[in-house]
Amino acid sequence: MDFPTQSSPYLPVANNLSRLMTQVMLGLIPGALAMFWFFGWGVLFNLTIATLSAVTAEAAMLTARRRPVKATLLDGSAVLTGLLLGLALPPLAPWWMPVLGAGFAIVFAKQLYGGLGYNPFNPAMVGFVVLIISFPLQMTLWPPPLGMHTGATLGFVDTLQMVFGGTVPAGTGLDSLTMATPLDAAKTQLGLDYTWSEILARPLFGHVGGYGWEWINLAYLLGGLWLWRKRAIHWQIPGGMLSALFVVALLFYIADSDAFGSPLLHLFSGATMLGAFFIATDPVSAATTPRGRFYYGAGIGTLMYVIRTWGGYPEGLAFAVLLMNMAAPTIDYYTQPRVFGHEEQ
Amino acid sequence: MLTATLALGILSALFGLLLGYSAIRFKVEGDPIVEQIDALLPQTQCGQCGFPGCRPYAEAIAAGEADINQCPPGGDSGIQALAELLGVDPKPLNAEHGVPQEKRVAVIDEQTCIGCTLCIQACPVDAIVGAAKQMHTVVAEECTGCDLCVPPCPVDCITMVPVKQDIVTWKWPYPESDTRPIVIARQA
Amino acid sequence: MRRLMVSILEQPLKIPGGLSLASNKAQSLREPLRQAPIPERLIVPLSQHIGEAAEALVGVGDKVLKGQVIARSLNYISAPVHAPTSGTVTDIGEYPVPHPSGLKGVCIVIHADGHDTSAATGLAMDNVFAADAADIRQRVREAGIVGLGGAGFPTAVKLNPGPQRQVELLVINAAECEPYISCDEALICCCTQDVIDGVRIMQHALGATQVVIGIEDNMPRAIECLRDGLARAGSHDIRIVPVPTTYPAGGEKQLIYALTGEEVPSQGLPADLGIVCHNVGTAAAIARALLRGEPLISRVVTVTGAGVRNPCNLEVRIGTPMAEIIEAAGGYTDQVSRLLMGGPMMGISMPSDRVPVIKTTNCLLIASREEAPPPLPASACIRCGQCTDVCPARLLPQQLYWHAHAREFDKIQDYSLFDCIECGCCAQVCPCHIPLVQYYRFAKTEIWDQERQRQKADLARQRHEFRLERLEKEKKALEERRAHARKGLEKRPKAGDADAKKAEIAAALERVKAKKASQDAAARNIDQLTPEQQARIAEVDARRSGDGTAGR
Repeated sequence: MDFPTQSSPYLPVANNLSRLMTQVMLGLIPGALAMFWFFGWGVLFNLTIATLSAVTAEAAMLTARRRPVKATLLDGSAVLTGLLLGLALPPLAPWWMPVLGAGFAIVFAKQLYGGLGYNPFNPAMVGFVVLIISFPLQMTLWPPPLGMHTGATLGFVDTLQMVFGGTVPAGTGLDSLTMATPLDAAKTQLGLDYTWSEILARPLFGHVGGYGWEWINLAYLLGGLWLWRKRAIHWQIPGGMLSALFVVALLFYIADSDAFGSPLLHLFSGATMLGAFFIATDPVSAATTPRGRFYYGAGIGTLMYVIRTWGGYPEGLAFAVLLMNMAAPTIDYYTQPRVFGHEEQ
Repeated sequence: MLTATLALGILSALFGLLLGYSAIRFKVEGDPIVEQIDALLPQTQCGQCGFPGCRPYAEAIAAGEADINQCPPGGDSGIQALAELLGVDPKPLNAEHGVPQEKRVAVIDEQTCIGCTLCIQACPVDAIVGAAKQMHTVVAEECTGCDLCVPPCPVDCITMVPVKQDIVTWKWPYPESDTRPIVIARQA
Repeated sequence: MRRLMVSILEQPLKIPGGLSLASNKAQSLREPLRQAPIPERLIVPLSQHIGEAAEALVGVGDKVLKGQVIARSLNYISAPVHAPTSGTVTDIGEYPVPHPSGLKGVCIVIHADGHDTSAATGLAMDNVFAADAADIRQRVREAGIVGLGGAGFPTAVKLNPGPQRQVELLVINAAECEPYISCDEALICCCTQDVIDGVRIMQHALGATQVVIGIEDNMPRAIECLRDGLARAGSHDIRIVPVPTTYPAGGEKQLIYALTGEEVPSQGLPADLGIVCHNVGTAAAIARALLRGEPLISRVVTVTGAGVRNPCNLEVRIGTPMAEIIEAAGGYTDQVSRLLMGGPMMGISMPSDRVPVIKTTNCLLIASREEAPPPLPASACIRCGQCTDVCPARLLPQQLYWHAHAREFDKIQDYSLFDCIECGCCAQVCPCHIPLVQYYRFAKTEIWDQERQRQKADLARQRHEFRLERLEKEKKALEERRAHARKGLEKRPKAGDADAKKAEIAAALERVKAKKASQDAAARNIDQLTPEQQARIAEVDARRSGDGTAGR
């Protein structure tokens, strides 16, 4: 009797890419729900538009590059890029923003480099950076979180009209419909020589990290811990990133608590948890050695603090991630583990 | 203005010194280039490149008198290695000099051999043993498969036989493509 | 002599990386070990392990007895081959052998006569524990014993740590970490005494002060058998340490680490740490050879998988075609899809069941499509690092893959390719289904091949340069001779000088005479021969003058 041959091992492999991507998507659910709760329908529009655009762009590029379309789309990586970008954009952003961002992310940051596995930069963050550099005004279109409304609240139809038609409901204006995010507001106020204690007294700042935002971050944290439990991500990147952010923030906070925000504020505001567990952990563009991952995460945490505190933008996650993407190969080179039976270098 | 000029001047002087120092301190002592080229050549000594042996070809490459794509036994990987060493672009093998062939070894039909010693004189690596009017034979381990012994033989008793792959020399194949692991050799 | 300190840890360590795999050993352990029938035709390969192939000592048509040496080892790292049963050699030629290439190797084919008559091997020793270590090693070598756990390294070599090394610890590897394989467990349960005797002999030969049997903690029956056996033998100094069940805890380096916390140096040997590691099966084989005079002509093989009717453990004669063993285990079921020699993680897939069992065949896994599905399509590496997590050698598998993929054989060695033990953990967890192990094997064989080519090129260069030098020298010598001759010509007397000419002729005659005399003198050397010798010379002369090829 004759048999087919191949190289070992032979056992069935349970792991696959779409499973991994699906796990990450499931992990996003608590955070996404929290965002939907606080910011309304715009969040869902962003997610839908960004995901559809990402998938369309991916399909188009795969066709152009004569690669298998269906099999590649099923790995879920394009969907995930779309979701991550959608979650990072302001909920009232006009429809073409997620389209442009997701399209740029897939076409330029991913497929032109050779597709999944070959992109040196995190595609979602490239899309985000393109948008924030090109359209800074539209990137501030955050509605007030639920319970903070000063004017009218936007329903499904109102949001739809605003996102797709650019029209605001009668009797309201953009100013009454949007509100600066806590990090943005703090930056402005600090520029006006307010101290942190004065700033934090405003209701917008909630308990520790900004009204609503602290709950969103907590939800992302839960999803992230679940991911770690499922072994879909390693602890080193979020661990490194959060501890670096905490430590750096703590040092400056101790030095001058009026000029610098508290470590908890940094951990639970903005995109900290989304970034730590879902964006920085994108394996393709991150460092891969066990120690390297920690340093990579720590680099992101530190840069994020620097950009938040001294940079021109209120949130520094995207830039921090892209900068550390550049450093990843070098980090990997210098953090190779000691091979079994080798002397410590 | 003056300060800026001065500062720039001092800086450039400093960097110049640093560069000069490192050029001396970290100087790389290399083998003479001919040795390095020769080390990359397959040492078949077949002369297909148009030079009488591998070393003359290496010397010619070093002197810029020959191109890197004249060695069929070295094949594409040989050209690649030479291109890397010399920092030039690899190019396809020049077909004028022949085409790469699988590894072969000369075999003398001992019934036909008349013991003329012509092949012994032609062999560049002295891999043929025998004496006048005695039967000759090829030491297979030392034969480079250069073909040079074939033309002089007056009775055409030398054949070039492909080297048979055995279990010791067998190599795992490169996984066929990213999308499908190779199914390796099947028994006939 | 360097004094080394190794100690067995109270609590064995968990190895780095590794996987928890379903053990699947119970199927084949349902019934006790039994003998497989001796087939009519046995195919015995001359090369059954790493090291040099043996050289056949028998010819076609020769009658052989069971246990008779049929091929001898020519090399230090080599082992002789014995006839697995009595019968007639019917062929010596190339047959398919168990090797990933599917290529053929030289085999001796024996037709069994059915009597299974033993030859006197002279391997048994009267008092083995009083014997000299060198003597024991010699007998182990003559018995053709190789490591029965893995690559089949000749055991006698491993019993000789060299004069510079003191062996403190003998580790007996009973940690059968690969799923499905249960031959060691079956052997321990059925031949406990042989195992213990073998361990004792090895301890004696090595002069090891401590002995530890490393066994996986999911083999309670085997542990119990060993405990009972050791208690009966009064061998309380031999320790049994159950190690946590993790694949590949049974790897030599991994087991030593788990038991002692010591890492065998890369490119080094356990003996560098004062440790020697042998498989339990090898121990039993040594006991059988040195106590009962049986060379290595059979071994325990696990026959298992959903593709075979009655999974079991069989004692099989070396050279039995795999098809016969599968027949002995009830034959194929209709689920059969693949035939593996070894386990599902490191086994070799066999192109056909006509290949014979060799000394290193520990398991035949006749797998169904569910147990060993066809490989899934691979996609590009996403550098997720799951391979790094499970690598027991703490390598960076994705980095190795990257360079193997790009055929960068220098760079891949910077990432310690040759520390890879090919355990397959990385490929098992890869979400992209990249055939990682094949990439590493490809790179390894490619690097070895390059090394061979380089050595060959060096030899060719050397010989070519020598030849050029020789030709140069010959040319010079010729020129010198010519110059000399010209000079002589000038000195020669002019034509017409009759006296001078005469003198010259006389001198030439003198030279001829002298030559003849010296030839006669040479001939005298074979004077005074016995008639027998003269007859032989005449015979040789006759042959020489006959067909020139007759002597071949």
